[in-house]
Amino acid sequence: MQDFIRLFFNLEVMAQTLPLLMQGLWMTAKLCAAVIGLGLVGGLFLALGALSHRRWLRWPAFALIDFLRALPPLVLLIFIYSGLPFAGLAISPFAAVAVAFFLNNSAYYAEIYRAGIQSVPTGQTEAARACGLTTGQTLAHVVLPQAVRNVLPDLLSNTVEVVKLTSLASVVSLAELLYSANMARSLTYNASPLVLAALVYLVLLWPLVRLVSRYQRRLAA
Amino acid sequence: MSRPMLEIVALEKSFGDLKVLRDINLRVATGEMVFVIGPSGSGKSTMLRCCNRLEEPTSGAILIDGKDIVGCSSSALNRMRLEVGMVFQGFHLYPHMNVVANVMLAQIKALKRPKDEARERALAMLDRVGLRHRAETMPTQLSGGQQQRVAIARALALDPKVMLFDEPTSALDPELVGSVLAVMKDLKDSGMTMLVVSHEMGFAREAADRVVFMDGGLVVEEGPPEQIFANPKAERTQAFLSRVRA
Ligand SMILES: Nc1ncnc2c1ncn2[C@@H]1O[C@H](COP(=O)(O)OP(=O)(O)OP(=O)(O)O)[C@@H](O)[C@H]1O
Ligand SMILES: [Mg+2]
Repeated sequence: MQDFIRLFFNLEVMAQTLPLLMQGLWMTAKLCAAVIGLGLVGGLFLALGALSHRRWLRWPAFALIDFLRALPPLVLLIFIYSGLPFAGLAISPFAAVAVAFFLNNSAYYAEIYRAGIQSVPTGQTEAARACGLTTGQTLAHVVLPQAVRNVLPDLLSNTVEVVKLTSLASVVSLAELLYSANMARSLTYNASPLVLAALVYLVLLWPLVRLVSRYQRRLAA
Repeated sequence: MSRPMLEIVALEKSFGDLKVLRDINLRVATGEMVFVIGPSGSGKSTMLRCCNRLEEPTSGAILIDGKDIVGCSSSALNRMRLEVGMVFQGFHLYPHMNVVANVMLAQIKALKRPKDEARERALAMLDRVGLRHRAETMPTQLSGGQQQRVAIARALALDPKVMLFDEPTSALDPELVGSVLAVMKDLKDSGMTMLVVSHEMGFAREAADRVVFMDGGLVVEEGPPEQIFANPKAERTQAFLSRVRA
């Protein structure tokens, strides 16, 4: 029991490696900001493409969404980081992770937006267009606010997935939270940094997860 | 007769192989209220929706104060839609905005009115439909009749030349119908040009200048309400009226 606490819940080791982990957390935060921000925008464009009545827009959007959802994000990441250099395209680990997960998540966000937009009754669009609003104005002021509200739990839930996904960045040696914790583990011969990292993820994500299920229950009611 | 405010000329509309409107011709003079009646599926809504191109006509022309809305470009269409107010059976207020914001939105975005002016105008229109005191309420807090009056205010705030009504009272509880009809009567008395699809026969007798009976995508018969309701000429009109009265 003593050993267990010493190896997994060693407060001394945790305190000692905390600065390193905080650096990792900062990197995770930057990565999340990039992936979530880009994903929310990219997803919206993909969704609008998929809902367009122009076939030349709709078809490629659907194909891209399907492709990105079927491709494992880790495969995409390793391909971009280790495969593209063969074509003379070498990019930094951060850029590789951001691009790979942005692509992957755009597809998921796109599906959520699409469901949201479809949940808004066509009467809303018709009323807005009948008042002389353009397609863009109708989307921005009438359809999207309602669509986003209808799928907010799903958007949040996917955002939680994004945060978890960024831990895969450790495979390309990007010093985010998990990578930093693992490095601290090997420097201290102690598993406590890993436990600390897990706790950090939990503390960050647990409120979000609670929020999602609160929302879902409210929508179901 | 001077130039009509709304003129529908040889309007045809098909959905795929289904011919819904075949050669509709209709004129509505300035300040006139024309009622359209007819059996379900006869094309009343489709005709109305062609007048602001929520439905794309297959052929024909629709002149609003002399300008054809059918041929115009999409930017011209958005401008012309400001001249044609529409009120739907299901109200379609924006549920995420309060009442006054509903009435302000298109004024600001489409008419480019300054915010203060749009707000003032919105409050004036809400006053006109008797709902100024509900300006800050969310639409879902209102009764159906109140929602429909807000929808009318929303359309009026854009200073339309013509108002189209598609069964404005048929989603309402009977006790709420009167308040909406009263607003429409007031509009008519103030000189608004109105094309109304509705089966409120009592109201038509009292307020409409003309009644048009449609069936099978055609205007079968038209005339003053007394004549259409008391002595319809066409057999189909007689059959329809005896069915709705039964
Ligand atoms: N978007 C559409 N696509 C295909 N068919 C349509 C469409 N809209 C209407 N129709 C068809 O056109 C015909 C006329 O419909 P419309 O809604 O104009 O009738 P209406 O006279 O308004 O009937 P109601 O009294 O039931 O409202 C119907 O047969 C309907 O099924
Ligand atoms: Mg109809």
